[in-house]
Amino acid sequence: MAMDFARGITEFRWHGRGGQGVVTSNQMLGKAALAEGNYIQAFPEFGPERTGAPVRAFLRISKAPIQVYAQVYHPDVVVCIDPTLLEVVNPTEGLKPEGTLVLNTSNEPKAIRDKFGFKGGKVVTVDASTIAMEVMGRAFYNMPTMAAAVSATGIVSVDTVIEEVLNRYPGKVGALNKTAIERAVQEAKIG
Amino acid sequence: MSVSKDKIKIEGLTGDAAIAHALRQADLDVLSAYPITPQTIIVEDYQKFAADGEVNAAVIPVESEHSAMSACVGASAVGARVATASASAGLALMWEILYCAASMRMPIVFTVANRALSAPINIHNDHSDGMGMRDSGFIQLYCQSSQEAYDTTLMAFKLAEHHDVLLPVMVGIDGFIVSHNVERVEMLPDDAAKKFVGVRTPVQPLDPKNPITMGPLALTDYYFEFKEQQDRAMQQVIKVYKEVEAEFEKLTGRKYGIFETYKTNDADIIFLAMSSMGGTAKVVADVLREKGEKVGVIRLKMFRPFPTKELAKAIGNAKAVAVFEKAMSFGAATNPLALEVKTALYGTKSRPIIANFVVGLGGRDVPPMTFVEGFEKTKEYLKKGEAPLYETLGVRK
Repeated sequence: MAMDFARGITEFRWHGRGGQGVVTSNQMLGKAALAEGNYIQAFPEFGPERTGAPVRAFLRISKAPIQVYAQVYHPDVVVCIDPTLLEVVNPTEGLKPEGTLVLNTSNEPKAIRDKFGFKGGKVVTVDASTIAMEVMGRAFYNMPTMAAAVSATGIVSVDTVIEEVLNRYPGKVGALNKTAIERAVQEAKIG
Repeated sequence: MSVSKDKIKIEGLTGDAAIAHALRQADLDVLSAYPITPQTIIVEDYQKFAADGEVNAAVIPVESEHSAMSACVGASAVGARVATASASAGLALMWEILYCAASMRMPIVFTVANRALSAPINIHNDHSDGMGMRDSGFIQLYCQSSQEAYDTTLMAFKLAEHHDVLLPVMVGIDGFIVSHNVERVEMLPDDAAKKFVGVRTPVQPLDPKNPITMGPLALTDYYFEFKEQQDRAMQQVIKVYKEVEAEFEKLTGRKYGIFETYKTNDADIIFLAMSSMGGTAKVVADVLREKGEKVGVIRLKMFRPFPTKELAKAIGNAKAVAVFEKAMSFGAATNPLALEVKTALYGTKSRPIIANFVVGLGGRDVPPMTFVEGFEKTKEYLKKGEAPLYETLGVRK
């Protein structure tokens, strides 16, 4: 018997590696949703803190207070910010059939669909690694990947996210992230 | 007098950060602590406030938790408002001084991000640390959310320092599940929070001009009388908590109760759980209700003192209570929460069946389906007319 314990809640699951900013971008998106009047839960799956090890984080966004305190098992959106993880984890695991899969990859959505046999919902690809290197000169690809997720789902406005990013990183870092976010929104491919 | 909406600050805060803000607004005199995951952010954030001159408290970094609680006792004895934070092994190292704090009637607020005890080393949530200290004489309040952690920390000072109480208070949040979970938190303006908490009026402070001795030797002659008084103070807690919360509700519109009841009025089966699990239980009850099952939830906030009579009344004529808890009392008849619930119900006429499910030890996730599993089992036990003393769920056997 199918039971829905997340009614009215949009649930995200993030994949990345320790040190890539999974926790930060998850919180940043959560805070943007909060700024737009939502209730949120943004929490990581904590393990030993090892740089480079696969990590996950979870986000819940809802118009009403959120009562459930458990990991997300059937996300509406999965965001994978590290292209090399696609060989290690299956990002579609538990993803709702109508859900959205957002990946940092140079591949086209169709190639991703074929690789994981994901037929429903949306597949969103963005070459966030290239954007990060070209804009910031460093591998900070969490924000541009998040930007693709934001624009494809419309869960919050891109402007609110940019505002949160500028609050958190005033000055040059914030400005560069803003540029990277705007470029990712332009370049994201949905298929 | 309630605070107008435009003065309320809404922020995304982890449970730890929310507690740190409450401590900032409570205008402490002394905070003494030793870092331990998953509590560390509380003290880190508080030290930032201290370094930035936002608080006037003396922050005393010490070499161990035993010393942290000792410093708190000393500072509280001179009449200071005092707080500390810890978890797991750190809390265990405080053990000896926890009893001193309670017995010497020191109104210390002790925020805890509840975490498993070693071995093996585990940084994640369960209630082994809190249940281990349950007989120390601390009041214990377990919170579901970051908002409740903030609110309860503020209320804890008024409760602890009330002259009918004068006991230390533990405020617990689930390690990582709440301590590291960014949630929407409404904060009072600093002046309103400060005014609500008020200024501590010590009854009998240490004072060089009027020297007294505290916690002295009492053997067969007077030790028992100290314990008698301590017990009497505990008996006042529920009444005072209700007063404090009524005042807080006027200010904020929020209240939690010594426990929260959810759809219990006509319930056949009641889920009983503490902290974040209480939230999940409510969601499961909603779904089961849609399938025609009469399920309710009691989320227990106050474990010490245990609200025996109130709980028995709230359970009323329910046919069964399914107790979900995150601690084991090895070798006991059943586990800490279920033991108390059974005791509370022994003298009632209806005497419902009590199922006890130990779940989530060492941070094992407790998803909604674990409650559904417990519900199905409880239904079977109802048919049979008896339940096992306890069992574990969500573990490889």
